[in-house]
Amino acid sequence: MTTTLPAYDEVVARYEPVIGLETHVELGTNTKMFCGCPTDFGGEPNTRVCPVCLGLPGSLPVANKAAIEATIRIGLALNCSIATWCRFARKNYFYPDMPKNFQISQYDEPLCVDGYLDVEVNGETVRIGIERVHLEEDTGKTLHVGGATGRIHGATESLVDYNRAGIPLVEIVTKPIPGTAALAPEVARAYVTELRDVIRSLGVSDVRMEEGSLRCDVNTSLNLPGQEWGTRTETKNVNSLRSVERAVRSEMLRQAAVLDAGGRITQETRHFHEDTGDTTPGRSKETATDYRYFPEPDLVPLAPDPAWVAELKAALPELPRLHRRRLQQAWGLSDADMQSVLNAGAVELIEATVAAGATPAAARKWWLGELSRRANESGVELADIGATPAQVAELQGLVDAGKLNDKLARTVLEGVVAGEGSPTEIMTNRRLEVVSDTGALTAAVDEAIAANPAIADKVRSGKVAAAGALVGAVMKTTRGQADAQTVRTLILERLGVSA
Amino acid sequence: MAAISREEVAHLARLSRLAVTEEELDTFAGQLDVILQAVAQVGEVAAADIPPTSHSVPLTNVLREDVVTPCLTPEEALSGAPDAEEQRFRVPRILDEDVAS
Repeated sequence: MTTTLPAYDEVVARYEPVIGLETHVELGTNTKMFCGCPTDFGGEPNTRVCPVCLGLPGSLPVANKAAIEATIRIGLALNCSIATWCRFARKNYFYPDMPKNFQISQYDEPLCVDGYLDVEVNGETVRIGIERVHLEEDTGKTLHVGGATGRIHGATESLVDYNRAGIPLVEIVTKPIPGTAALAPEVARAYVTELRDVIRSLGVSDVRMEEGSLRCDVNTSLNLPGQEWGTRTETKNVNSLRSVERAVRSEMLRQAAVLDAGGRITQETRHFHEDTGDTTPGRSKETATDYRYFPEPDLVPLAPDPAWVAELKAALPELPRLHRRRLQQAWGLSDADMQSVLNAGAVELIEATVAAGATPAAARKWWLGELSRRANESGVELADIGATPAQVAELQGLVDAGKLNDKLARTVLEGVVAGEGSPTEIMTNRRLEVVSDTGALTAAVDEAIAANPAIADKVRSGKVAAAGALVGAVMKTTRGQADAQTVRTLILERLGVSA
Repeated sequence: MAAISREEVAHLARLSRLAVTEEELDTFAGQLDVILQAVAQVGEVAAADIPPTSHSVPLTNVLREDVVTPCLTPEEALSGAPDAEEQRFRVPRILDEDVAS
């Protein structure tokens, strides 16, 4: 169905969105949730499996203490209450991504409930309610083969690798988030960003969306002002922070077009397409009763000792929001400046660069300037640009030592990003060091003076500003490899003018 | 009254992807009904002072340390599989998206 989508401004003027987010986080434990198979990424197919995670007869799961602890810590960081008693549940469904024909999950007794996460959007704090945080196991990976195209369409067979099956997976579900109006897409993105930062600060997952260790489903509905909430859809396959924002927006537009035409929204799962930014319908969801949840008989209940929970709570690290506030003060940034650092995803990078010896101002200059520009151009996250905080600090050290000027430093940085080595190596290999040989510089200065007698006379007569043209000439002959200030001083000296 | 209807049995069969004939539906509905009625008797004798339970042993917090143990070799893992290809389990394609989680 092709319909012309209404303008976003009109949609939010007519309808109120309600959003909700379900986020899955793969924990970075050494072993799987219910067996001792390793969880490391990228092994050959079916090399990280055992009778338990293959669901072979007679095998019995035993819960991983580190995964329970990590989940409780996530719950605590999200201001949740921690259950004093809860159970795992079997979620039964027919699909080969779990060899057991069920997934061990939690149903009506999650480990953590009723919390919140404060996020900042446009300088305002929005409190996102957290419904629950529960623990389950990840599924295997299926590869569809056969048929004419060799891809999903027309595939006749599925090949399954169970290396990922059984890796601990934490599901974090928000309460419905009403009242965000036109900001709904940004609130969704800000929430996932903040959640990622919180979880990363806990050190329990590497939370990388592109590798699938953080995955997000976005629920969206629209209603007329003053009316009941609308029917929601669940958008899956949202694999980047930017996509979270785009998926909410795209679904708001699509639903508005359906409602405008007098249609009804079908409760369904939709798939987000990174290339077009659109969603298309997936399967119609099985209802909860179809999953025939029941308490997992092979695992005894969990009853986290309140003393242990209190201990974990006391040992939580400083959470990102407070941490950022402290950094902002230490770096002496205005709210607006801090916001641009946040928007660029540069907080940790600048922090690490400062830790490696650069001043906050210099660190910020490189990450928000040259490196952000390059990241934007090549469409990668700033953290993946290819330059490390240590390298940026080293580069700034060379500038501070007078070995590189700003222009040369940018050339060196280009080499760093291209993977040519450390700033010092690149400076040496490409002979980019500032010409500090006074003899060579003096020769270049004399040459410039001789070539521009009229300008030289002006400077001699006291028009010091005219020296700029001579500086330019020297920089040209030295191919930019001189320190402009040194050149200027030398020119004035040669012309017998005091600076 | 029957504890389970013929339609419910058909629905369960569909969820489990079991091909059940019309005659079998009648048979299974009858058999399952007997089982459910028997289980229901337990509910009748359970008094208010007996808490519901899902486990027969009064244990909690049986946990393991996060320590790696040996895996099967891929050959061992696939040895019981009806079919395999590229070191993966080969199954008929299921007309669905990845369902869980």
